Amino acid sequence: MSEMNMEMVRNLAYLLASALFIFALKGLTHPRTAVKGMQMGALGMFIAVLATVIGSGIVSWTWIVVGLLVGSLAGIYLAVRVPMTEIPQMVALFNGFGGGASFLVAGAELVMQMRSAGAEVGEPASVATAGSAGMPMQAMIAIAISGLIGSLTLFGSLVAAAKLHEVSFKWRDKKVWMSNSLVFPGRKIVTALFFVASLYLCYVVTLHPDTSAWYWLLVVVSAVVGVLLTIPIGGADMPVVIALLNSYSGLAACATGFVINNNVLIIAGSLVGASGLILTNIMCKAMNRSLANVMFATVGENGNSGPSQDEVYAGKVKSTTPDEVAMLFDGVSRVAIIPGYGMAVSQAQHAVRDLSILLESRGVEVEFGIHPVAGRMPGHMNVLLAEAGIPYEKLKEMDEINPTLETVDVALVVGANDVVNPVAREDPNSPIAGMPIIDVDKCRTVVVVKRSLSPGYAGIPNPLFAKENTLMLFSDGKKAFRELVSAVKET
Amino acid sequence: MPAEVTLAIPLAEADGSSLVMLLTVFVLAMFVGFEVITKVPPTLHTPLMSSSNAISGITLVGALVAAGAGDSKLATAFGVFAVALATVNVVGGFLVSHRMLEMFRKKD
Repeated sequence: MSEMNMEMVRNLAYLLASALFIFALKGLTHPRTAVKGMQMGALGMFIAVLATVIGSGIVSWTWIVVGLLVGSLAGIYLAVRVPMTEIPQMVALFNGFGGGASFLVAGAELVMQMRSAGAEVGEPASVATAGSAGMPMQAMIAIAISGLIGSLTLFGSLVAAAKLHEVSFKWRDKKVWMSNSLVFPGRKIVTALFFVASLYLCYVVTLHPDTSAWYWLLVVVSAVVGVLLTIPIGGADMPVVIALLNSYSGLAACATGFVINNNVLIIAGSLVGASGLILTNIMCKAMNRSLANVMFATVGENGNSGPSQDEVYAGKVKSTTPDEVAMLFDGVSRVAIIPGYGMAVSQAQHAVRDLSILLESRGVEVEFGIHPVAGRMPGHMNVLLAEAGIPYEKLKEMDEINPTLETVDVALVVGANDVVNPVAREDPNSPIAGMPIIDVDKCRTVVVVKRSLSPGYAGIPNPLFAKENTLMLFSDGKKAFRELVSAVKET
Repeated sequence: MPAEVTLAIPLAEADGSSLVMLLTVFVLAMFVGFEVITKVPPTLHTPLMSSSNAISGITLVGALVAAGAGDSKLATAFGVFAVALATVNVVGGFLVSHRMLEMFRKKD
C-alpha cells in the first residue's frame, strides 16, 4: 500500500475509534446499556492502537513492547485488586497518568523535531523541517499548553490520590494527615507567583523551538503549581478536585492532539474534558459554592461559624439503642436511608443492604437518598451500594427524594453530616448557607448513626441532631447496622 | 520516503488552514461531549470518571509513535514512559469500569 493510502486508512480508523468513544459515553446514560457501551469504547481504543502500530512506520519494537507490558500488568493489577472503597484514589491516580503521558509525548515530539531540524545532510532530511525553525509556532503553543496542563494534572493528582488514601507523614515530630487541608502563610501569593511564572514560561517555550530546556523548566514549575493548588484542599471538597483533574487530563490529551496533529486525540480529549467540566459544575452547585471558592478559600474563612456546639446540643440530644430503633420500625411503611462518607469509612454498605432486605421482607418500602457530594468523588455512594447489591432503582437523587420525605416514617442517616444540616436552609450567615441538602428533618423520625457529635467538614454543629424527632445512635456504622439487623429479627 | 519521518509530515502541513480544521474538530467534539454527558445519571458518575480515564489514555497513540520512531534515546525514553502510563490508563480504566458496571447490571 502506498504511503498516501496508508495514512488515509489510518485516519479512517481513528474516525471509527472516535465514533466508538462517543457510543461508549452514550451507553453510560443508562445502567442497562453501560456495559455494552464500555465494550464499544474498548474496541475503539483497540482499533486506534492497531492502526497506529501498523500504519505509523514504527521501526523499533522492543521498548514499545516493554512499555505495553508494564502498563498492562500494572493496569490489570490495579483494576482487579482495588477494593470499591479505594476507587476515588485510583481514579485520581489515573487522571495523573493521563496528564503525565500527555506532557511526555509533547516533550518527546519536541526532542524529535529539534533533532530532525538540526539533522545534517546525509541523515534522512524531512520535508517537514526543511526550515531552520523545527516546529511551527502553533505546534510550539500546543506543546507549551500540553506541558503546563499535563504536568499540573500529574502532580496535582498525585497529591489528591495521597489525600484520598489517607497518607500521613511526620513533620517536626507531629503526625500530619495529607487528607486535611494543609495551608501555610502566604500560600495564595506563592501559588499565584508560580502560576504566573508557568504562563510566562509557556511564552518563552514558544519562542525557542530549538531547545527543550525551557520546556522541562515549564514542566517543573507547572508541577509545583499542581501541588500548591491541591494541597490546601481537604475532605468534602475532594469531589470537586477529582472532577477538575479529570477534565484536565482530557484537555492535556487534547493539547497533545494539536501537537501531533491527530484528530482522535483531540476528540477523545474533548469528550473527557467536557465530562470533567460538567461533573465539576454539578459538584460546585451541590455545595452552592463557586469553583474559585472551593479552590482558594480555606474552610472556616467563609462567613462566621454561628452558634457553638454547646448552644446547639446541650440537653437536647437524645441517644438511642439498636433495640429501640428496631421497635420504631414496627408497622412503618416507608424508610429512607441517607448515606455519607462515614458509610464508606466503616464499610457499612453490606450491613446496610442486609437491613434494607430485612425491612423489605416485612413490607416496608426502603429507599436511599443520595446527595451529589456525599463521599469523596461524584457517584461514590452509588458505587458502594451497587457493590452491596442494592438495585439502582432504589437510589434516589436528592431532588427526587426531597419532595417525598414528609411521608417517610423513619430516616436513617449513616455517616452523613453537612449534607443533612438544616442550617444550610435556615441561617444565611452559615458557611454552608444555600447549599442544597436532603431535608431529613421533615421525616417523622430521624435516626442518626454516627460515632460522636463531632462536626463534619464545614466545622459547624448540626441542629438536626438536637431536634425533638431525632434520635442519635452513637456507634460505628457497620456495627450499628449489624446490631439493627439482629434487633429487628428479634422483634 | 524513510519510515521515521511519517510523524513529521502532518507538521509540515500544519499551516493556518489545518489549525482551523483541528480547532473545528475540537469545538464540535466539546459540544458532542456536553450533549452526551449531561444525560449521564448521577448514579453512574463514578463509572463515567473511570471510563473517561480510559478514554483519555488515547495519548497512547502518540506515545507509541514517539517510542517507536527510532529517534534519539531521549525521545524513545519519554515515549516508552508515556506508553506505560497511558496503557495503565487504558487497561486499568476499562477493566475497573467494567467491574463497576457489572455490579450495577447484575440485578436486572
